[in-house]
Amino acid sequence: MTYLTLAFAWLNDPLNWSGPDGVVALTVEHLTMSLLAVLLAAAVALPIGIGLGHSGRAARVGTATLMTTNVSRALPTFALLTIFASTGIGFGDRPTVLAAAVFALPVVLATAYSGIRGVDVDVRDAARGMGMSGRRILVQVEVPLAGPMIAAGLRTAAVQVVATIPLAALVGGGGLGRIVVEGFGTQQYGQVIAGGALVAALCLVVEGVLAVGQRVLTPRAVRSLHAA
Amino acid sequence: MTTSGATEPVIEFQAVRKEYPDGTVAVGSLDLEVRPHELLALVGPSGCGKSTTLRMVNRLIEPTSGRVLLTGEDVATADPVALRRRIGYVIQHVGLFPHRTVSQNVATVPQLLGWDRRRTRERVGELLELVGLEPSTYARRYPHELSGGERQRVGVARALATDPPVLLMDEPFGAVDPEGRRRLQTEFRRIQQDLGTAVMLVTHDIDEAVHLGDRVAVFSAGGVVEQLDAPVTLLSRPANETVAAFIGTGRAVRLLGLGRLRLEDLGPLGDGGPGTAPTRGSAQTDPAVAGSIELGATLDETLSALAAAGRDRVDVTRSGTLVGHVTAAGLLAALHRLSDGDLTVDTGR
Ligand SMILES: Nc1ncnc2c1ncn2[C@@H]1O[C@H](COP(=O)(O)OP(=O)(O)OP(=O)(O)O)[C@@H](O)[C@H]1O
Ligand SMILES: [Mg+2]
Repeated sequence: MTYLTLAFAWLNDPLNWSGPDGVVALTVEHLTMSLLAVLLAAAVALPIGIGLGHSGRAARVGTATLMTTNVSRALPTFALLTIFASTGIGFGDRPTVLAAAVFALPVVLATAYSGIRGVDVDVRDAARGMGMSGRRILVQVEVPLAGPMIAAGLRTAAVQVVATIPLAALVGGGGLGRIVVEGFGTQQYGQVIAGGALVAALCLVVEGVLAVGQRVLTPRAVRSLHAA
Repeated sequence: MTTSGATEPVIEFQAVRKEYPDGTVAVGSLDLEVRPHELLALVGPSGCGKSTTLRMVNRLIEPTSGRVLLTGEDVATADPVALRRRIGYVIQHVGLFPHRTVSQNVATVPQLLGWDRRRTRERVGELLELVGLEPSTYARRYPHELSGGERQRVGVARALATDPPVLLMDEPFGAVDPEGRRRLQTEFRRIQQDLGTAVMLVTHDIDEAVHLGDRVAVFSAGGVVEQLDAPVTLLSRPANETVAAFIGTGRAVRLLGLGRLRLEDLGPLGDGGPGTAPTRGSAQTDPAVAGSIELGATLDETLSALAAAGRDRVDVTRSGTLVGHVTAAGLLAALHRLSDGDLTVDTGR
């Protein structure tokens, strides 16, 4: 039997899906960790990205920050994980969530920054000229107009994170990576492939759900801009 | 301090200078006034400091030195956000909020000022009608669903929302074809005269400046005012070579658009050319066919009528009654009356 048929056999076995170590439980765990990582990245990157984009004077600071975060992307997430594990953060889910958040940060920051920067200067000028305060311009003009771009950044980050979380299994954490790591350990390569396929499928599902969610949630006003 | 309110300028520049951080002196030392209810047009070549001047009034740009007064009050002492809510502002590229409907755009300043919903809605309807956009058709549209000219109308409506005493306009009719632009200008002029708003309007188009302005200030590089005069004076007696060169060779033609036909320009009644009365009698009911024009028509309308008449004279009426006729010679005389006979074509040589 080829590994592929073995993988199918593994996926077809109901025993592999149920129980505390089953696919369902691991998927829930995987998604929870992903969500935490994205929220963490967003909590840090959105205020910075939006803030830098808003204060036009900080253009140079903004570029510098973007450069730094881009460089940090070159640092392999696995290396980061090992560094975290060897420090006080320890092993398991926590360092993985942190590492995935660090991994997702640049995308969120860059899209938020350029989304806000990209708001038409004339629109911003008109807003200021009519007597909107800086805060009001941010909330009523810049963020709504940058919304689709910010959302796209978050979506990309989410998919990246879902694809990164399997590393957790290497440092004793949970999630779908467990299936792959376990398969390697027991030399069940069909299981390895099945695990990989599950992660890939989850990425697609997450992307699909978020895309639909974004469509539904986007106000007609902003949506019509892109239809034009 | 206790000067009579009637003559106090609405906007006053006192020795205003603006030097940008990179050393560019956009405005050297400017003294300028906008009087109550007047439309002052600032015209000049690109980069001469017109926008900079305009934007110092609502503090989008802070002067390096000197003072800008708004009805006697130094704008530097006002809160910029509150100040801007009192001044209408129309920018070159309109800058409508793309994610807001036409009515939401127009309601921007009323909302900032906390007007209630009902008052805002009524005002928005009024304004859209004022600028010639049927509210039932346009109120709920988004800016990208409008033509360039319609967008500029919305921009004007938005700036007029709270009936500000002062309006700043930076090339407000830029993005429209020449014909639509002329129509917008004429409509805007009517609105401005009805409302009595004092306007400072920036343009690089001398035709727009003389068509709209009560007075026109011709700028040259560094915010230098080369001449500040009524349009007819500016066209007929340019103060210097710079102004003459900026106006160009079309001065006489532009004057045609400004001057109006008066009684003194007409030939006497009953001095009809050969065969007037019988042939024209039947056509009298249709002025377009008869080629008759009203007293007070602009001189370029007179010229068009003369050209279309196919003969050397056109009948002139006042409230439908024939008062005389005008000839090509009479038209030329009217032109000379406007310019005191001085129409030497100044080509700078
Ligand atoms: N923020 C700035 N920093 C440096 N120089 C500036 C800045 N803004 C404008 N300038 C310069 O100041 C001068 C006047 O600019 P301004 O925008 O007032 O010209 P303008 O008369 O409105 O021209 P246009 O008709 O092209 O709009 C120009 O030389 C311009 O390059
Ligand atoms: Mg300008």
